[in-house]
Amino acid sequence: MPCWYSEIPLFTATSRHYVDRLFDPDPQNVLQGVIDMKNAVIGNNRQKANLIVLGAVPRLLYLLQQSSSSLELRTECAVVLGSLAMGTENNIKSLVDCHIIPALLQGLLCSDLIFIEACLRCLRTVFISPVTPVQLLYTDPTVIPHLMSLLSRSQHTQEYITQIFAHCCKTPEHQTVLFNHGAIQNIAPLLISPSFKVRMQALKCFSVLAYENAQVSMTLVNVLVDGEQLSQVFVRMMQRDKPIEMQLTAAKCLTYMCRAGAIRTDDNCIVLKTLPCLVRMCSKERLLEERVEGAETLAYLMEPDIELQRIASVTDHLVSMLADYFKYPKTSVLDHDLKHAHELRQAAFKLYASLGSNDEDIRKKITETENMMDRIVSGLSESSIKVRLAAVRCLHSLSRSVQQLRTSFHDHAVWKPLMKLLQNAPDEVLVMASSTLCNLLLEFSPSKEPILESGVIELLCSLTQSDSPALRVNGIWALMNMAFQADQKVKVEIVRALGTEQLFRLLSDPDTNVLMKTLGLLRNLLSTRPHIDQVMSSHGKQIMQAVTLILEGEHSIEVKEQTLCILANIADGNTAKELIMTNDDMLQKIKYYMGHSNVKLQLAATFCISNLIWNEEDGSQERQDKLRDMGFVDILHKLTQASDPNLCDRAKTAMQQYLA
Amino acid sequence: MYQVLKEVGLDLERANQIAGFHTNNKQKIGVPFAAVFLINFLDVCYQEKELNQRLKRLYPAVNEQETPLPRSWSPKDKFSYIGLSQNNLRVHYKGHGKTPKDAASVRATHPIPAACGVYYFEVKIISKGRDGYMGIGLSAQGVNMNRLPGWDKHSYGYHGDDGHSFCSSGTGQPYGPTFTTGDVIGCCVNLINNTCFYTKNGHSLGIAFTDLPPNLYPTVGLQTPGEVVDANFGQHPFVFDIEDYMREWRTKIQAQIDRFPIGEREGEWQAMIQKMVASYLVHHSYCATAEAFAKSTDQAVHEELASIKNRQKIQKLVLSGRMGEAIETTQQLYPSLLERNQDLLFMLKVRQFIEMVNGTDSEVRCLGGRSPKSQDSYPGSPRLFNSPVHKASSSQTYQTEQNNAEVEMELDHFSNGVSESSSNGFLNGSSTHGIDLEECDGDMVDSAQSKRQLCGGSQAAIERMIQFGRELQSMSEHLRRERGKNSANKKMLKDAFSLLAYSDPWSSPVGYQLDSIQREPVCSTLNSAILETHNLPKQPPLALSVGQAAQCLSLMARTGSGSCAFASVDDYLH
Repeated sequence: MPCWYSEIPLFTATSRHYVDRLFDPDPQNVLQGVIDMKNAVIGNNRQKANLIVLGAVPRLLYLLQQSSSSLELRTECAVVLGSLAMGTENNIKSLVDCHIIPALLQGLLCSDLIFIEACLRCLRTVFISPVTPVQLLYTDPTVIPHLMSLLSRSQHTQEYITQIFAHCCKTPEHQTVLFNHGAIQNIAPLLISPSFKVRMQALKCFSVLAYENAQVSMTLVNVLVDGEQLSQVFVRMMQRDKPIEMQLTAAKCLTYMCRAGAIRTDDNCIVLKTLPCLVRMCSKERLLEERVEGAETLAYLMEPDIELQRIASVTDHLVSMLADYFKYPKTSVLDHDLKHAHELRQAAFKLYASLGSNDEDIRKKITETENMMDRIVSGLSESSIKVRLAAVRCLHSLSRSVQQLRTSFHDHAVWKPLMKLLQNAPDEVLVMASSTLCNLLLEFSPSKEPILESGVIELLCSLTQSDSPALRVNGIWALMNMAFQADQKVKVEIVRALGTEQLFRLLSDPDTNVLMKTLGLLRNLLSTRPHIDQVMSSHGKQIMQAVTLILEGEHSIEVKEQTLCILANIADGNTAKELIMTNDDMLQKIKYYMGHSNVKLQLAATFCISNLIWNEEDGSQERQDKLRDMGFVDILHKLTQASDPNLCDRAKTAMQQYLA
Repeated sequence: MYQVLKEVGLDLERANQIAGFHTNNKQKIGVPFAAVFLINFLDVCYQEKELNQRLKRLYPAVNEQETPLPRSWSPKDKFSYIGLSQNNLRVHYKGHGKTPKDAASVRATHPIPAACGVYYFEVKIISKGRDGYMGIGLSAQGVNMNRLPGWDKHSYGYHGDDGHSFCSSGTGQPYGPTFTTGDVIGCCVNLINNTCFYTKNGHSLGIAFTDLPPNLYPTVGLQTPGEVVDANFGQHPFVFDIEDYMREWRTKIQAQIDRFPIGEREGEWQAMIQKMVASYLVHHSYCATAEAFAKSTDQAVHEELASIKNRQKIQKLVLSGRMGEAIETTQQLYPSLLERNQDLLFMLKVRQFIEMVNGTDSEVRCLGGRSPKSQDSYPGSPRLFNSPVHKASSSQTYQTEQNNAEVEMELDHFSNGVSESSSNGFLNGSSTHGIDLEECDGDMVDSAQSKRQLCGGSQAAIERMIQFGRELQSMSEHLRRERGKNSANKKMLKDAFSLLAYSDPWSSPVGYQLDSIQREPVCSTLNSAILETHNLPKQPPLALSVGQAAQCLSLMARTGSGSCAFASVDDYLH
């Protein structure tokens, strides 16, 4: 303490004096002391910090809570506390640590409006700070209903309470709590309040309440404000002479209601109002924050709807307007600037990703935008994780285009930074990156070769061991694509790197997608006769086991069909087919599926038999005899009468093998 | 059939013209045909009404007498391969359409007035024809019509086949999507920043052209057979929400005005405003207010208080319709004024005659058996700024360019004070009027509720009025002999006498003269004349500057500054 004194004696001396006066025995002096303190701290962060350090807060809270204190004193205390909260984040932390929140919430039970407003003003300042845990609003279940009831008291209570709600509604649970306590009915009338601040905060409340919440959104569309539908109130708030903040927030509300399924994507209020409003928010004239929010919201709005994507792509030159997002300086001494640059770029990438997710023409337009591919490539290796993620999302969206895979993707060697990104990245990024890689490994992609040479197999195999189903799918999917019509060398390498153990573990994966892609991989591995024989000679036993297991298990038609196709491939091998012929149990299974009620399974099983009895191969006569003895000819004969033309043809072709 | 139309009061010439008939076919039209014709005609009438309303709402600042708005394509300003129909709104191609040399365009009847601020029209593609080589855009007068819009200097277009924009060049720039049958293409000209953007089916496609020259005409061009397009210059609601766009620009312009920097020296601005307010109060003889204001703002008043009070007294008399007393008082207080200004005296007397008819003038009120209320004062305020134009000696461009117009308007003001108020754009007339009627209800004869009778219903008063009319007639003749013909005086007298031609003058076509609002121009002309004899300005500086602002706006409209559209002086006079 003495040491501290010696450092800044002047300030502390006066500060100490203020604190001392709070302990004066005469209540009148205390009141005057608090008023003087109020005047001293306004706009003076140093003074605020000093008072906090000197322990003014607990005393102020004590005075505020004492029912023996005069209402005037209690109100002044709340005002001073509110002023202290206006300072730095550290101030807020100290206030929260002193349990200011429960004390102020308690104060709201008082009947005096002026005091309530002072408490609310302070609570508002505390709650809108990022350092305050929002959960504190929900700890006491009586708080929310009480706040709802205070909404009718005055414009100030309306402003502060809606602002608190707007900031403290962060999770679906929060949304539900507020919804259940009548937030919609209580706040909707505030949208036509004479006070701009109240209108604005009420609007913000609706945007956070409706976000990804179908229940709220469905309720909102049926709400009437002064006889007018809520969506129309929002539309009016998007008029171009309204403040930008209001336009943007109203557009967010409608976007969230639309995404939650409460408004159709072809509704005029979306197509002709919300979408153009959000595009305007992306214009150069808007502030950086507005451009970021506008682009992100627009990306979210049109993500699932190709028609909105098409409209947006021709609205106000959006595609080239977004290119300006990259012109904000990338290097700057100011952290602030850097953050803006990152935010702008990631927002642009997100919007490009959304724009290009379905339409080939739009993708072309995007890739033809000045330096677009270079920007994505450099985005993939940026320091900010947010930018990297958005860049890879954008790349993924564009990678759905066969034409782009063949041209711009190859020209810009996007696979290189993509591979680098895959080396060590958080799961979020990995999912997108590996998904993109899947597309790059498609057979017609010229990038497939260089990627193979870069030793990607090990990496993909490690992905298949991930805990995340999405990553396992992408890993095995990429391997499947890679194995399609691949060289023997590549196939051997895949089997070696993956290891049969892992392969069979994947065949019993709980995720159907993983199972399907693994079967797909097997099928691709087992194509062309020499490869079939080669693989089956080394892993035949396990593969036959796995096939048996799947055919016996509870699986979907698609899985079983894929498995029967694998079996048909095996039956096409020279030596491999003996693995089936010597397995009577397997033959019975094939027979069973030939008589299955599902045509697809019948077809696959018939295909398998047809391969086994194919004439031109060694030992075909014996196989034909054996299968005839087992009754396959009768089944084939029956199938030639099948109603499905494919199945009928297939059965006839098989029968011809016997006739020849 | 024609009788029907006649009775509805419609002009047959015009009807035929609109419906596309030649006048000499008139007799041949059969009854069923006529019925169709009537339906079409009424449809067109309705459309015209809607068009006029929409144009008025969209472009309130445009003075159509000076700069008419485009309402249809011009049958005179087109290439021969263009055919027009449906009231000159539908355009079809009737050439061979073999090569680009067969391209053909048509311009609208009028160029886009700058006072629109933001101008918009839409074109619906009815059929894309063989190849859909359609261009929608703008061109200046005289640009070759054997071309698509955009190919030549001062010509701009957006083409349907490739979606390119053509900015005075044969090669286009990638601009927007292609367009075809069923699409609605809009073209918006921003006359504030001289840019243009297009819309497709209600969606803005972004800026197409910048640095546009003034006086462009809406233009469309077609090039292959079968191409048909319909224009909408406001006949129907637009697909694109142009009013929302205009709202944005109105806000922008008004923010610009609000933020406009004023005098750097502290207090100068305020002092000037105070001076203007004070002089305005004095001018209109609000003595008490003027005194209090001058005191609290620490200013000197440049007129004797007594003099202000005199003027106030006269004004009150005029405004309450007691013209006889007003003339008498004027002659007492300013003996030589009316003697020297015979025209003014004549005008006052004509007004007195009207007030007699009205039953409000003191002379007839005495005769009507009702005692004149000596102190009943006119409770309404004098009308605000009731002279439209004044010399702006400080503005040089204004002087050099506008000399003619100014002279005209000054004359106008002097000679025709009674009727001018109707054409005064910047009067907040209707609201004042409303208050007048309401507040005067108590004892005014012209209130709508009380029973209105000629000269208040007294026979003696009617006789007095007739006699006064004769005196007026002889004064008029006397004036003509002495000073030559004066058409304004003649008309004034004729209008006033016309009142007697109707059994109920108040609801007659000339009944407006009886409205108390017509006292205001008389009042202010008299007030100005009195002030002039004292070498005081006949117009208060405040009215002068408002007039100046209004004049500036119309000047801006003429010189092509579109922002005048969103800066109406009215918006600032509450």
